[in-house]
Amino acid sequence: MSAAPETKIVLEPERYELRATPMHLFAMDRRDFMKAIGGGIAILLVAKDALALQESGRRTGMRENMPREINAWLHIAQDGSITVFTGKVEIGQNIRTSLTQTVADELHVELASIAMVMGDTQLTPFDAGTFGSRTTPQMGTQLRRVAWAARDVLTGLAAKHWNVDASRLVAENGKISERSGGRSITYAELAQGQSLAQMMPTEDPVTPATEWKIAGQPVRKIAARDFVTGRHKYTPDLKRPGMLYGKVVRPSAFGATLISADVSAAKAMPGVTVVRDGDFIGVAAPDELTAERAAEVIKAEWKTTPQISNKELFEFVKKNAEQNPAEENRYRQTKGSISGGLSAAAHRLESEYHISYIAHSPLEPRAALAEWKDGKVTVWTGTQRPFAVREELAQAFHLSNDNVRVIVPDTGAAYGGKHTGECAVEAARLAQGAQKPVHLMWTREEEFTWAYFRPAGVIEIKSGVSADGMLTAWEFHNYNSGAAAIATMYDVPNQLTEFHPVNSPLRQGSYRSLAACANHFARESHMDDCAHAAGVDPLEFRMKNLKEPRLRAVYEAAAQKFGWQNRKATPERGFGIAAASIRAATSPRARKWPWIAHRAK
Amino acid sequence: MARVTEINVNGTRHAIDVDGDATLLSVLRDQLDLTGTKYGCGEGQCAACTVLIDGNPRHSCQTKVGSVGQRQITTIEGLEKDGKLHPVQQAFMDVDAMQCAYCTSGMILGSVALLKSNPRPSEAEIVEYMNGHICRCGVYQRIGQAIALASERMKGGAA
Repeated sequence: MSAAPETKIVLEPERYELRATPMHLFAMDRRDFMKAIGGGIAILLVAKDALALQESGRRTGMRENMPREINAWLHIAQDGSITVFTGKVEIGQNIRTSLTQTVADELHVELASIAMVMGDTQLTPFDAGTFGSRTTPQMGTQLRRVAWAARDVLTGLAAKHWNVDASRLVAENGKISERSGGRSITYAELAQGQSLAQMMPTEDPVTPATEWKIAGQPVRKIAARDFVTGRHKYTPDLKRPGMLYGKVVRPSAFGATLISADVSAAKAMPGVTVVRDGDFIGVAAPDELTAERAAEVIKAEWKTTPQISNKELFEFVKKNAEQNPAEENRYRQTKGSISGGLSAAAHRLESEYHISYIAHSPLEPRAALAEWKDGKVTVWTGTQRPFAVREELAQAFHLSNDNVRVIVPDTGAAYGGKHTGECAVEAARLAQGAQKPVHLMWTREEEFTWAYFRPAGVIEIKSGVSADGMLTAWEFHNYNSGAAAIATMYDVPNQLTEFHPVNSPLRQGSYRSLAACANHFARESHMDDCAHAAGVDPLEFRMKNLKEPRLRAVYEAAAQKFGWQNRKATPERGFGIAAASIRAATSPRARKWPWIAHRAK
Repeated sequence: MARVTEINVNGTRHAIDVDGDATLLSVLRDQLDLTGTKYGCGEGQCAACTVLIDGNPRHSCQTKVGSVGQRQITTIEGLEKDGKLHPVQQAFMDVDAMQCAYCTSGMILGSVALLKSNPRPSEAEIVEYMNGHICRCGVYQRIGQAIALASERMKGGAA
């Protein structure tokens, strides 16, 4: 990593990486909290700063409130049942399984004895969302700390119970036992009659990976049987008493506004409610077919405005880049001199790569079931950010967060596409109008037309290669498709890398790998062109221009497995090699992230 | 279209009262609460809604309930017998052939139909037959392994 420029590009929140600000969970004192959960032992993981505040508050005699900045918590009920609470959601990445393994590993209990409550804004601590591959490194470690603390508390209780030193005790299989092989007591027996809330800072030590027994082992998906028998209830499978089916009347074009609507025919249909609110028109009906027919008979007139066509898109993106401020440009990195590097080159190349808008297309479309009761709304919906969707609902209906509950059933995938709550808001609006629970599921067509997309973009690369196959210049411009992994991991003395944000013509947002995929595609395609121009084997060209030892090792291993040296291309069958990291190549964190090499035939 | 008043699902005759134009998918899910059959695209392009009609795989989103008549429909809920999973279900579990598992019901029913028509399929035949089934998480390799495992366990005979 010697000479590469340090990555300083910062993504804009919302447009290129969705984030949210911390919210609060508990506004109750410790005694009320323990009463609410029925006693037992609760271990709460609290951000270090918050815990310090809490403790200083306690010392000055303030009321003993529960801390608000709780990351995760674990409860051992008086009957010994173990429940873990996290704001993360299960969307097919199997974290319900892996996080359960983590807790079981550290608490020394079986997988089956742990229940995991996830993504329920009323029950789980605030979480910004399930995205960016952060669950295992962050939440996994936090839950491990919680479980470690729980084991420590249980050991302490047993030591007190028997009046022995805790060092003589060991936790295994849901029991604390004397190392001598004498007495043992179950976690359930220890939790009986307790009303104990223990707070842990987020920085306690945990068992090192080399000593893990359950975590890291291949195990069956939790509740796998429910999935192979069709019993698992995804959001679209839920029903509530008196529930209606919703359908939204979509505008005739993107960006269209409503001029007028004749809803009389729809209103005349038995059991149909029509909701019109601003540019929104939707219906709720006793069954899906009636809802579809009611939506079809609504005669709406829309005012459309000209939109960018696919043909014009890439030109538009390039021409409409926002002006990056010249001074301290946070989107630009430079090193050496591009003009110097280009004039020293024997081969000069210039290419443009187009990155399309693409739909996430999770097999479970956006869906929501909304129910109002006493001015409060509960929405079941498949989202990666339940707390952000709660916020959207609260804003849309002018409610306080306390009056909105979002529950995320284990969901049929998301891929970065379910960060927002438009379907939840639509279902809630229809339910409010119909005064009954409303089930709304987007069609695949709605998914492809009205969901946000992976950002489209243009990537321009100019490069120079010396006669002996060394890169002398590398100028890389990414228009709109995102800055993740924008820096090249190859060693080039003269570089200019710049990200150009654009006000996108279509709604856009996170996507699996986000920009990394686009940047790798352009960079590695161009590397092949450079190798070709210099008359050097593509793998050799990469190795000549690469110092990073781990990536070199990845290339060597991949090439060896593939038999790169002895392969011959035929007119029908060529092959190539490229490598990538899912993070920016030059960020310090990248060293911890995996390098991936692909050989494609 | 005329009303439809009964339907045979998983060996049971159900009384219903629906418009014959309604999709079989919506009737299974909304009237009979058999929600294991999934909506994925509504256009017969993803096969998440696959059910067996007289043993043949069909897209229930493209099947009007009025066209089914007296034929026997099998959904994912009908494969388990006396608490025992169908060998294909068991193999999907054992190989962990699922991520979000939204496509799993359709995958399993498609696999059951494949093994009925071709009890010992080659890898290429599995890929060919299952081509219409979409898994956006990308578990195809393990799905193929699960089908091969089920075929092996069924010793070439249908369960």
